[in-house]
Amino acid sequence: MTVKSEDLQTDKNKQNKEEVRPVTYWLRLLLKSKTGTLGLIIVLIIVCVAPLAGIIAPHDPTQMDATKMLTPPAWLEGGSMEYILGTDNLGRDIFSRILYGTRISLLVGITSVIIAGAIGIALGLLSGYYGGLIDTIIMRIVDAFLAIPGILITLVILSVVGPGLWTLIIVLGITNWVEYTRVVRGEVLSVKEREYVKAAKSIGVSDLKIMMKHLLPNVASSFIVISTLSVASTIIAEASLSFLGMGIQPPTVSWGVMLNIGKDYLAESWWVATFPGLAITFTTLGIIFLGDWLRDILDPRTQMNGK
Amino acid sequence: MLNYIIKRLLQTIPVLFIIVFTVFTLVYLAGDPVALMLPEDATPEEIETLKSALNLDKPFIVQFGTYVGNLVQGDFGTSFHYDLPALPLVLERMPATIELALAAMVVGVLIAIPLGIWSAAKRNTGVDVAITGGSVLGQAIPNFWLGIMLILVFSVNIQIFPVSGRGSLMHLVLPAITLGTGLAATVARLTRSNLIEVLGQDFVRTARAKGVNKFVVLFRHGLRNSLIPVVTVMAMQTSSLLGGALITEYIFSWPGIGQLLVQAVHMRDMAVIQAATFVIALAVILMNFLADITYRLLDPRIKMH
Repeated sequence: MTVKSEDLQTDKNKQNKEEVRPVTYWLRLLLKSKTGTLGLIIVLIIVCVAPLAGIIAPHDPTQMDATKMLTPPAWLEGGSMEYILGTDNLGRDIFSRILYGTRISLLVGITSVIIAGAIGIALGLLSGYYGGLIDTIIMRIVDAFLAIPGILITLVILSVVGPGLWTLIIVLGITNWVEYTRVVRGEVLSVKEREYVKAAKSIGVSDLKIMMKHLLPNVASSFIVISTLSVASTIIAEASLSFLGMGIQPPTVSWGVMLNIGKDYLAESWWVATFPGLAITFTTLGIIFLGDWLRDILDPRTQMNGK
Repeated sequence: MLNYIIKRLLQTIPVLFIIVFTVFTLVYLAGDPVALMLPEDATPEEIETLKSALNLDKPFIVQFGTYVGNLVQGDFGTSFHYDLPALPLVLERMPATIELALAAMVVGVLIAIPLGIWSAAKRNTGVDVAITGGSVLGQAIPNFWLGIMLILVFSVNIQIFPVSGRGSLMHLVLPAITLGTGLAATVARLTRSNLIEVLGQDFVRTARAKGVNKFVVLFRHGLRNSLIPVVTVMAMQTSSLLGGALITEYIFSWPGIGQLLVQAVHMRDMAVIQAATFVIALAVILMNFLADITYRLLDPRIKMH
C-alpha cells in the first residue's frame, strides 16, 4: 500500500531526465499501489454514475407501483430482470434509486467539504500566523467542537433549523472544519519562521498576501488528503442523519433515506436495507483507498516512516 | 506536573462556556417553546403568563444569565415531554451508555490489538494485507448499517441474539459489535503502524543482534513501547464513540443517553438536548484530560508545558 521512497526517488530522477508529463508521472505512481488504483476506479465509477443516472437507470426512482411492492431481487423466486435489486415498500426500483442516490451523496460530500475546508483553512491561517489572543480564542473554539461528537452538533442544529438538503450541507460544512484548522495552524507555525516569509514581511508585503502566496501553498497537500478522507466521513454522516430522519427528506432519493425505510422491512424484505448500505460502503471504501494513497504520496512524514 | 494539570483544568472552563453559550443561542433562535407546551386552544393570556413564568419575555442576555445561574446549581430546566427535571433524566440513562461504550471498547481492544500485532509481525504478507484491508473496510462501513445487517443475520434469520432492548449479556453483543467495529479498525491500524515504527528503531535492532528471542523482542521491546499511544488514542476516541452510541442506541432501542437524545431532537425537547449535550461534552473533556495526563506520566520524553 505504501510506495517505497526509493521508488519515489528513482521516479523523480526519471522525471528530470525524460521530462515525463505530470499526469503520466502521477498515474505511474498510482498504478504501483493496488489499493490506490482500486480506489480511483471506484471513485471514477461513482463520479460517472451520478450525472448519467438519468440514462443508466431503468426506472424513474420515485415511480411508485402498488402492484410491484417489495419485489425480491432478480435471482430470487418472484424476482424479475425488470427490477434487478428488487423494489421497496412503495414498489420503487431499488437499483435506480441507488444510482440516483450517488448524486445526493456526492453533492453533500463535496460541497460540505469545500465549505468546511474554506472555514478551517481561514481560521488555521489566522490562528497560526497571528498567534496571541486570536490563536487562544480559535483554539478554545476548536476544543469545544472536539468535545462534542460531530453527529450530535449537527443533530442539535438540525433540530433547531429543521431538516433539508441545503441546510444539511451547510450544517455539515460549518461543523467539520476543525481538522483543517489544527493541521493548517501546525504547518503555518513551522513555515512562518522561514527566511523567505521573514524576508517578505521585512519588505512590507501585506499579511493577506503573505498568507495567500507564501503560507497557503504549503498546506495544499494536507488539504487534499484531509478533504478526500472527509468526503467519505461526510457521506456517512449524511446517510446517518437521513437515516435518523433529520437529514435529506423524501421524496429526494438518498441512501440514508432508503436505509430508514429498509429497517422497517428487515423481517420480510432484506434487500431494501441491504443494497443501499452496500452502495455506501463501496463508495466510502473507494474514497478511503484513494485518500490513503494520496497521503502516502503527498505527506512527507508518512513517506519517511514507510521506508 | 501540578501546574500543567491546573492549566489544563482552567482551559476547560472557556470550552464548556462556549458549548453552553452556543447551544443556548441555538435554542433561543429556535424560538418559542411555549407553543409546544400549551394545548392548541390556549388563550393569549395563558401564553403570556407561561412566557413570563419561564422568563421568555426577557432580553437574551438576561435569559442566558438566568440559565447559567441555574445551571451552576445543577438545574438544566424541565423536559416538557416528561415534565421532569432534565438533568436527572439524562443521568439515569448514563449507566446504559457507559455499559455499551465499555463493551465496545472491549470488542475494540480484544480484536484489534492482537490483529494489529499479528499484522505488524507478518508485515507485507497475505495476513498483513488481509488485516489491513479488513480494518479499512471496518472504517468504511457505516456503523448503523452494520447494526441493521447484524440484526438481519443474527436476530431475524438465525435467532441467536435479541433484536433490541437491554438486560442480559445477549442483548449487549450486537450493539457492542456495531459500536466497536469502527474503533477496532482505528486501533488495529494504529497498533500496526506504531509497532512497525518501534521495531525499526535501534534498540530493537540491538536486541535482535544480541540474539534475543523474536517473541521477546516483539512483546517486550516492541509492544510495550507502541501501546502507550494506542491507549491514548482510544481515550481520544471517546467523542466519536459517544457519537456512534447515539445512532447505535437508536437502532437497538438501547435505553441510554443517545436514544433519549434522538427522541428529544425529534420532539424538540430543548431542555433534554441541552442537558445531554453538556453531559456528553463533559465526559469527552474528562476522558481527553485523563488520556493526556496518563500519556505524559507514562512517557517521560514528553515535556510538560
